[in-house]
Amino acid sequence: MEILGLLGNGFLVAFEPLNLGLIIFGVTVGLFIGAMPGLGSVNGVAILLPMTFLVPPASAMIFLAAIYYGAMYGGAISSIMLGIPGASTAVATTFDGRPLALQGKADTALVVAATASFIGGTVSILLFTGFAPALAHIALDFGDPEIFALMLLAFATFVGLSGDDIPKTIFSICIGLVFSAVGLDIMSGEPRLVFMNITGFMHGINFLVLAIGVYGIGEMLWTIEVTRGETQMSKATISLRRIVGHFGEMMRIWKSWTLGSFLGFFVGILPAAGATPGSLMAYGVAKMTAKNPRDFGKGEPAGVAAPEAANNAASTGSMLPMLTLGIPGSPTTAILLGGMVIWGLVPGPRLFIDETVFVWSLIASLYAANLFAFLINVAFVPVFLWMLKMPFTILAPTIFVLSLIGGYAPTQDMHDVWLMLIFGVGAYMLRKLDYPLAPAVLAIVLGPIAEPKMRQSLLISGGDFSVFFTRPIAGPITIIAIILILLPVFQLIRRKIKESRQAG
Amino acid sequence: MNKIRKIGTGVAVAAVAATALTYSSVASFAWEPNKPIEFVIMAGKGGGADKMARLMQSVVEKHKMSAMPLLPVNKPGGSGAEALVHLNGKKGADANHTIMVTLNSFYTTPLRQPALGVDPLSFAPIARMAEDTFLLWVHKDSGIKDVDGFVKAAKAKGNDWIMAGTGKASEDNLLTDFLNSAYGLSMKYVPYKGGGAVAKQLAGQHANSTVNNPSEQEGFYAAGDTVPIAAFTDERMAMFPDAPTFKELGKDFEYYMQRSVVGAPKMSAEALAYYQGLFKNVFDSDEWQAYRKKKSLRGDLISGDAMKVYWQTNNEIHRQMLIKMGAIKG
Repeated sequence: MEILGLLGNGFLVAFEPLNLGLIIFGVTVGLFIGAMPGLGSVNGVAILLPMTFLVPPASAMIFLAAIYYGAMYGGAISSIMLGIPGASTAVATTFDGRPLALQGKADTALVVAATASFIGGTVSILLFTGFAPALAHIALDFGDPEIFALMLLAFATFVGLSGDDIPKTIFSICIGLVFSAVGLDIMSGEPRLVFMNITGFMHGINFLVLAIGVYGIGEMLWTIEVTRGETQMSKATISLRRIVGHFGEMMRIWKSWTLGSFLGFFVGILPAAGATPGSLMAYGVAKMTAKNPRDFGKGEPAGVAAPEAANNAASTGSMLPMLTLGIPGSPTTAILLGGMVIWGLVPGPRLFIDETVFVWSLIASLYAANLFAFLINVAFVPVFLWMLKMPFTILAPTIFVLSLIGGYAPTQDMHDVWLMLIFGVGAYMLRKLDYPLAPAVLAIVLGPIAEPKMRQSLLISGGDFSVFFTRPIAGPITIIAIILILLPVFQLIRRKIKESRQAG
Repeated sequence: MNKIRKIGTGVAVAAVAATALTYSSVASFAWEPNKPIEFVIMAGKGGGADKMARLMQSVVEKHKMSAMPLLPVNKPGGSGAEALVHLNGKKGADANHTIMVTLNSFYTTPLRQPALGVDPLSFAPIARMAEDTFLLWVHKDSGIKDVDGFVKAAKAKGNDWIMAGTGKASEDNLLTDFLNSAYGLSMKYVPYKGGGAVAKQLAGQHANSTVNNPSEQEGFYAAGDTVPIAAFTDERMAMFPDAPTFKELGKDFEYYMQRSVVGAPKMSAEALAYYQGLFKNVFDSDEWQAYRKKKSLRGDLISGDAMKVYWQTNNEIHRQMLIKMGAIKG
């Protein structure tokens, strides 16, 4: 009951006219920043941080959190409409969002994404409200072996469920892992796999370069070939009746967004992870647990709902280690943390006790930001659909230019743009050969987390691999991951036995 | 009608005057950034360097000290090697728009990796903003109260005692080596991506001890999770009066971390002068002074040639430390 009282006070602060105005403004700005490829919540929050010195700390934090939220919604828009991930967190949304748009169902994808985001956001704020201090302990209990086990599980969901062609999936993962190892090694400081000593490789391969290359450039080439410039995207229309129909669709795929919300939140609270791995894992698990895994990647609304619920849940989740442990769970929260430092707030276990007004008005504003982000997003759907009505001869160059900007913006290095173009052409060829590319993107996101965690674990255990099996949290996760990886092999053996029996 | 036109003229005149004023105040500097300034942080998120960099950025923004924003970018890879190589490669206008918050890996990383082709002494000396301090930390539940208790516990565990730190041959590694040799210990050093991650390892009891800066452990210390048992300073720190210095304990050893802002080696003299002025303003701001006091930071502002002398001295100290450690050849 004490929590409800505190939250009530928080709402009083959040609904002050200034703060409410900041929430609506922040969400709107965030929505558009998130929708621009290459610009994500990080850029939005970094650029607008100075504006916050005009208002009290609590209002400033509310404003920045609103941008963060808006950008999480916005990221889905360009993933669906253009097939270019608007932000790193929206990569998984392209997997099914893009095919839906190509089938003339962009409105379905957009409404499902917005609704799932809303649900994910709400679930995670509720969890945050009820259990923040307890969850901070869980985040602390996750040591290196636990996080590695979790990453292994993420990989497993992508191998175990692919069903179609396991060798090709593994090949795709390996390519991603090799790319993720390029650059300077964190543990020893030595450069690795720096091709031809080109300095651009020193900072590693930014996964957005691969993701935009694959989904922006590669997909566009593919679409041009398949449709010969005649895309069906413009067929999408929107009416109140269709929106109501989409909510019915949401009920059918309830499992995907429920899963996405909880998984996203949980991965979000772990300081090493964040929203991008969270959304990718949610996609993998949703596909695995669905009755129709084969429809994923071909325009299944559940494939949009799961990652969107997860990335919003994770963005709230990643505020938890920032506030309670002083460790940001994502690049954006790192900037929020910087803001807190100048406002004189010390993040850490004491923050919930010493700064109750600040903490609870922030939490209350998250509820409000989530609601407004949803409403504004749905209100803009017709505008986005109208944009898609442009002829493909205009749309394709636009996508191409936006891809280039998206590749250049994060590092401001032409090296990355060339690399992106090469990846785009490579992805197009692999696509023609029926290689799944999502696993490569997954690997380049999770590789840089998994690898140091494995090496740190082994360093601590003295090279003993049993550390991944004997610990109470890591053990079960590792075993589940291994079973998942081996599942298709068992199925294959069973099928072979059956066939031989029938033959006999 | 006439009146309206008059007002209109008045507004126009005022606007022109205002523009002229802004312009003249801008023009009073010889060089000004004409695009956003890349503010590289040579360490991971949530660590001491990171928090400080973001504070500096906030001060610059708050008082509108710069016409162009500072855009912080973390480049923690390879104990700062990534960041050093990044700045080293900046040419032309980019070199004038790239600055970096640096620490002691500024010396150790190039010393250990001559292949990087980086000479720290060639970087543009903008400002040493402070020197940070180090303490030896343990978890409250370990029951360790002082260095004697620490040595006893670490000896008993031998190679299984985990000391978490921020990268191989980093400051933390040097301090671990000092402790190992001074007290006959064989602690195992495990590197992480930043001071924040290191602090969390101790709070979650995944590590047995750390040598964090005060700002990194502050939150956990306030909550009573972690305890400082000794300081690597010349006298006790106001923030932690109960932690004796290693000097008091009979070991003649002190160690500090530079908190400096440097520019790309190819930065022009005009741009360097601009940034020196900018960070002098940051140093003099109330926010920075308050932060310095609150986080027990030491050291005055130095820049230009004095900073180069300071670098030379410290580069030599680190060379000797690394030779002793066996990380490089003499």
